[in-house]
Amino acid sequence: MKLFLTLDEVSEQYRLKVGGKGYALSVLARNNFNVPLTLCLTTEAYRQYVSATGLRERILLELNRKDFNDMRWEEIWDASLRIRNMFLTTDVPKHLRLNIRNSLAAYFDDKPVVVRSSSVGEDSAQASFAGLHESFVNVRGVDSILDHVRLVWASLWSDAALLYRQEIGLDVGKSLMGVIVQEIVEGDRSGVIFSTDPNNPSQLVIEAVHGLNQGLVDGLVEPDRWQIDRAGKRIVSHTPAQRESLVVSIDVGTRLESLPSELRDRAPLSDDEVIEICDLALMSEDLFGVPQDVEWTIRGGHLMVLQSRPITMIGEAQKEDKKRWYLSLRRSYENLQSLRKRIEEELIPGMERDVRQMAAQDLSLLSDRELVSEIRRRKGISDRWTTIYWEEYIPFAHGVRLFGQFYNDTVRPEDPYEFVRLLGATEMESVERNRLLESMAAILRERDDLRDRLIHGRYLEVGDKFLNLLDQFIVKFGDLSCPTTGVVQCNQTPEGLIRIVLEMASHPPTPGAFATEDLASLIDKYSHRFEGERQLLAMDLLDLARTSYRLRDDDNIKLARIDAQRIMALNEGKRRIENHDGRLPDAELVGEVAVGSYDPEVISPVPLPLEEVRAGYRIKPRQLRGQPAGPGVAKGSARVVMGSSDLLEFKHGEVLVCDAVDPNMTFVVPLASGIVERRGGMLIHGAIIAREYGIPCVTGVTDATKLIRSGDLITLDGFLGIVTIGSPKLP
Amino acid sequence: MTQNLAVLATQHQGQPYSSLMAFVATEDLKDLYVGTSRSTRKYSYLTSESRVSLLIDNRSNRDADLHEAVAVTAIGNAQEMVESDKEQFLPYYLSKHPHLQDFIKAPSCALIRIAVKAYYLVIRFQQVMELHIGS
Repeated sequence: MKLFLTLDEVSEQYRLKVGGKGYALSVLARNNFNVPLTLCLTTEAYRQYVSATGLRERILLELNRKDFNDMRWEEIWDASLRIRNMFLTTDVPKHLRLNIRNSLAAYFDDKPVVVRSSSVGEDSAQASFAGLHESFVNVRGVDSILDHVRLVWASLWSDAALLYRQEIGLDVGKSLMGVIVQEIVEGDRSGVIFSTDPNNPSQLVIEAVHGLNQGLVDGLVEPDRWQIDRAGKRIVSHTPAQRESLVVSIDVGTRLESLPSELRDRAPLSDDEVIEICDLALMSEDLFGVPQDVEWTIRGGHLMVLQSRPITMIGEAQKEDKKRWYLSLRRSYENLQSLRKRIEEELIPGMERDVRQMAAQDLSLLSDRELVSEIRRRKGISDRWTTIYWEEYIPFAHGVRLFGQFYNDTVRPEDPYEFVRLLGATEMESVERNRLLESMAAILRERDDLRDRLIHGRYLEVGDKFLNLLDQFIVKFGDLSCPTTGVVQCNQTPEGLIRIVLEMASHPPTPGAFATEDLASLIDKYSHRFEGERQLLAMDLLDLARTSYRLRDDDNIKLARIDAQRIMALNEGKRRIENHDGRLPDAELVGEVAVGSYDPEVISPVPLPLEEVRAGYRIKPRQLRGQPAGPGVAKGSARVVMGSSDLLEFKHGEVLVCDAVDPNMTFVVPLASGIVERRGGMLIHGAIIAREYGIPCVTGVTDATKLIRSGDLITLDGFLGIVTIGSPKLP
Repeated sequence: MTQNLAVLATQHQGQPYSSLMAFVATEDLKDLYVGTSRSTRKYSYLTSESRVSLLIDNRSNRDADLHEAVAVTAIGNAQEMVESDKEQFLPYYLSKHPHLQDFIKAPSCALIRIAVKAYYLVIRFQQVMELHIGS
């Protein structure tokens, strides 16, 4: 099988070798459509590359760590990131490299090209991979093309592509990728046309921009839009855009620029051109027999087809799927910048305002009726912020992903998570909180007398220094046990907090707990990899990622603080119902408190039976697999934390085992020798905090809280992502 | 337990020794049976030290084994069956290994019963579950 095929050489029999996009272009070329010079790199090249380098099995090992259906979107992203890095750090073997180089040099030499994915199986309406794989515009020189070919190959394993193939039931293990290398056409106007508008089958729809298509495809440039009647080929409507920018080629890659003023008032297409493009789309639809999504460009008055593919129909059912929603998290840099502004300038101050306003209210002065409406009002506030959390804060977390990908693409480190080191040591609230705890513990370590008084409940006799810190802590962070993972009760005394501080004080401070790497020199090293404009972009991206990383924690804590205010109003209601002094409690209040206290999210505190005993057998877990999320090896007694009471029991040296480390749980982290988390991901809170403290951590352990019991001796290997239960001695 | 062969590990004065063996398992998985000539090293080892281990796996000698292969380690006590018990058990053994008829029926061939104490099942490269028998 040849590594390269020209469009003339591609016939039906090679359809599966060149992939959907390449095949469609060959059909168009044969039927006299104007298409750019294109070379198809066959799936054979991909196959040889992953076989000769051993990548094939490395990918499958990565994807088979656990059942795909048990993976959360963050784990899928992690797997995808690691796989992408395998491609980045694995060179194309010499003989294959030479073969590919020769063909490329013969056709393109030093001409700028586009490197596009052309995946197998995407040329049917049921399986259109539109937008799932990557394309790179304006790549120059044989070595650079080869480099980008690897990135396109890697995009076969992007999180979006993995989820999509899973959803339509394609065997992930058998996936192959073709690539097309295409001469770049620097169109002065570009766009897409749908030969059948999915929302109105009697019409065609065109979107067009000045400049390159990249602006439209990436959502950076707002397009003009035309609806055209299919039957009469008549323009039904034209919706002009706020024409402000365009994407142009620069030396390497593309750039978003301000649109010259003379073009701002000019629609990218004349009416005649609109009809010409319609004819093109209808011919393509005729040729392929199904409605087409055609990407086109016009250069010097000549219309060219860049690609044509079947239209992806997105069903209503798919919109409901949460995983799909997560895919929408792929945000552009510009989009994230504006989101950041809104979060920093409006949302966070808004949350703080709401908390202050609620906290200032004296609930005991309200009548029962007023309390009922206050409980409802607070529920409304809490719900509103929860919605904002999902719709704006979580998408903003994508800033970290964007940076991670950029860092790996340019630096190509062995460890795909090296970039996290540049994000660390930011002043996260939880770190600040733990510092305060440590200061309190430090006082007690030196003063046995104070310790004794605390143990015997004589809080007021421990001296101003300690009490001030305690006050400072409670004012800043509230009652520790109150807003923890869906637990609706709050303790009224600082007993829990004091118990934790006492436990901390009975042991030396955790070594390296607050040690941070020399961030300045790390950033310096990073910045010097780039020059000029690229350096500015690199630093902007880092800044965005650091903000995104910091907010991941702060937003959780702030949201919990809002909910704590709702719970306080509820507790006031409960108190009144319990101490009603012989009067009948207000019926509406009773109802409201009952409804407010119901929390379907509360996890059952009773662990499921984990040892199955039947007919003389006993089955138990021995070694569980997860993801390595914090390096190091730890051994200790497990503490399975399902609710706030488990947290207060936490002893020094125990291994924290939980469903998910909530930011409100992190005060026990300085006590823990290791962390095991069911929820997976390298960038989730537990993993972040573990790395900050230098505590070994394994995440993504399926059924961790069911298979491990408090008191089990466990050994966790944070290098390999393995948790071993019990002693190594055989029975 | 559809595999035909397994690796038996015996030991002598602290030196482990492993051998590829045909085996059968009882339906309830409590016992595993292997046959060996009494003149072998493994036979003398397992008669002096009855604690043995058996590895059963489905590897196919391809890269994919790393993520696909399943391996089971059994530990237990080996004991040679007396002649009358051997006779009784032979049909079951031969139903799985008919081509070993001459071998297993030979007077010099011992049928060894391994009473399994526990199984350790390894899947997905590093995921391990234990199955303890009779406790």
